[in-house]
Amino acid sequence: MTLLSTSAQAVPPPRRRTRFRGRKEALVGWGFVGPFVAVFGLVFLAPIAYALYLSVFRDRLIGGTSFVGLDNYSEALADPRFWEGLARVGLFLLVQVPVMLGIALLIALAIDSGRLYGTAFFRVSVFLPYAVPAVVASLIWGFIYGTRFGLVGNINDTLGVTLPDPLSPSLVLAAIGNIVTWEFVGYNMLIFYSALKVVPRSLYEAAAIDGAGEWRIVASVKLPAIRSALVIATIFSIIGSFQLFNEPSILQKLAPNAITSDFTPNLYTYSLSFAGQQHNYAATVAIVMGVITAIIAYAVQLRGMRKG
Amino acid sequence: MTTSLTTAAATGGAEPAGAAAVTASPSAAPRRGKRLPHTPLNPRPSLALTLLTGLALVYTLLPLAWLVINATKDQKGLLDSFGLWFADDFNLWDNVTRTLTYDDGVFVRWLLNTLLYVAAGAGGATVLAVLGGYALAKFNFPGRKAVFAVVLGAVAVPGTALAVPTFLMFSKMGLTNTPWAVIIPSLISPFGLYLMWVFAAEAIPTELLEAARVDGSGELRTFFTIALPLLMPGTVTVLLFSMVATWNNYFLPLIMIKDPDWYPLTLGLSAWNSQAQTAGGEAVFDLIITGSLLTIVPIVVIFLLLQRFWQSGLAAGSVKE
Repeated sequence: MTLLSTSAQAVPPPRRRTRFRGRKEALVGWGFVGPFVAVFGLVFLAPIAYALYLSVFRDRLIGGTSFVGLDNYSEALADPRFWEGLARVGLFLLVQVPVMLGIALLIALAIDSGRLYGTAFFRVSVFLPYAVPAVVASLIWGFIYGTRFGLVGNINDTLGVTLPDPLSPSLVLAAIGNIVTWEFVGYNMLIFYSALKVVPRSLYEAAAIDGAGEWRIVASVKLPAIRSALVIATIFSIIGSFQLFNEPSILQKLAPNAITSDFTPNLYTYSLSFAGQQHNYAATVAIVMGVITAIIAYAVQLRGMRKG
Repeated sequence: MTTSLTTAAATGGAEPAGAAAVTASPSAAPRRGKRLPHTPLNPRPSLALTLLTGLALVYTLLPLAWLVINATKDQKGLLDSFGLWFADDFNLWDNVTRTLTYDDGVFVRWLLNTLLYVAAGAGGATVLAVLGGYALAKFNFPGRKAVFAVVLGAVAVPGTALAVPTFLMFSKMGLTNTPWAVIIPSLISPFGLYLMWVFAAEAIPTELLEAARVDGSGELRTFFTIALPLLMPGTVTVLLFSMVATWNNYFLPLIMIKDPDWYPLTLGLSAWNSQAQTAGGEAVFDLIITGSLLTIVPIVVIFLLLQRFWQSGLAAGSVKE
C-alpha cells in the first residue's frame, strides 16, 4: 500500500489509460457490481414481476386459478376498506410528517447555532431512539399509554383525573403518530444537522456583516442551503407513512378494538394475504399502493427541486 | 470557538471532501476585515435556548428512562408503584435471569438467531454495497447508468409491495421458515450502495488505481490493498446502518418465519406480548420489559461507540443528489 501510493506520487500522472479500457474494464466493473445486481434481481425485480403476474389472476375455491385481466385492479380501486386505510395514512402523513420534520429542524438549528451547553450530548440523545426497534418502541409507548401500569394510569390515579385513553379508537392514530415521531425525529434532525454543518460559514459571516439577524440568516441562508436535505427527508417520511405497519401491528394487541385489520393499506395487504389467503388480490393492493407512493414521492421531488 | 465548529472539524475528516462545494454560491464571497463580537458566528451559549431544546431531550429520553426503571420491578411492583420511580425492591438481576431462562431459555435462542441474521445479513449487505459502489464509482462499463437508475428507483418501491410476492416465491423455493428467508432479502441495501458510490468517488483518486495498474497489480489486489483501506470509514457506516436495520427488522421475519425457534428478538418480544394480552396466557409483562431492555442495549452501545461513523455517513447521504 505504502509502496504503491508513493510510486503514484513519484511518477507523473499516468496517461496510459488506453491499456485499461473497453472489454477489460467492462468485465472488471461487472465483476464487482455483479453480486449486488444478482441478489437485487432476486429480491427486488423478481418479486415485482411476480406481483404483476399474480395481480392479473384470481384463485377461486371452485375452478382454480384463472386469468382475469385487470379485474383485481378495478376491485381494489372500488374497495372501501383500501380507501379508508389510504385516507387514514394520508391524514397521518399530513399531520405527523410536518410536526416531526418541524421539530427535527428546530433541534438541528438549535444545535447548529452553537449556542447550546453540551452540544454533543444533545445530538446523541435525540438520535438515540433511532436505534430502538419499532417493536420495542411500540411496546414501551403502548405500556406508557396503558391505564394498568402505564404513565397515563399513574397520572389518573395520582391526580384523580381521567385522561382520555390514547388507545381509544379516536386517539389511536395520534398515539401512533407520537411513536413514529419519537423514533425518527432524531434521524431527521441528524440529516438536517449534517447538511447545515457543510454550509460554508463564510455565508453567515457575509449575511451578518450585511446586518442580517439570526432568524433572517436561518430563513435566507440556512434553509435554502439545506433544501435538498429537506426534500429527501420529506420523501423518506412520505414513503414511511404510506408503509405504516409495525407500530399499529404491535399496538393492535393492546388495542384490538381501535386498530382494525384494515387500519393501514399495509395491514390490509398483510391480513388479506396471510389471514385470508387472497394472495392475488393482496399483490394487487400492494402494487396500487406502491404506484401511489411512487407518484407522490416523485411529485414532491419535482416540486421540491424546481426552484433549487 | 463554538462547539459546533470544533465538532464539525473533528468529524469532517470522515466525509467526502467535495460535499461542501455543492452548497457554495458565487455571490457569497467572504469579506475580510472587522471581527464582530457575538454575531451569529461567534455566539455565547444561551441558557434559555438550552432549556428549550432540553424539552426535546426529555421527550426522547423519558420512554427509555421508563424502560430502565420498570425493568427493575416485578409484576407486583409494575402494578403498584409509580412508573417513573423505582419500586421498593430492586429486581433487575432477577428479571434478567428469568428473561434468559423462561421457556427453556428461548430468549437466548432468539438472541443467537438475531446475531446470525445481523452477521450474515448486514455483513453480506455491506460486502455487496462496497463492491458495487466501488465499481459504479471507478469503472466505466456498459449498463452502469442503468444499474444505478434501477437501484435508485427501487428505493421508492414500498418494501411491503414486495413482501407478499417475495413470500410466495420463497415458499415455492422452500426457503420460508428457514434463516435464508430473512438473510437473503437483507443482503440488499440500496441506500448502502448509494452511500458507497458517493464515498468511493470522493475517497479514491483514480490516478492511484491507474498507477497500481501500471505497476502490474491485479484488479483484486488493487481493490484489497488500495481501495479497501480508503473506503474503511464509509464501510463502517454502511455496516452500522445495515446492522440497525437487520437487528430491528420485524416485518420480514414476521411473514417469513413461523417456527418460534427461528424468531429474531423483535418477533419473540411481540409473541410474548400477544401471549400476555390473550386471556388465559401467562402475563409476562416483566419479562417483556426486561427483554426489551436487553434487546436495545447492544445496539445502543454500538451506536455510542461508533458515533463518528453514522454522522459522517448521513452527511454524505444527505448532501449529494
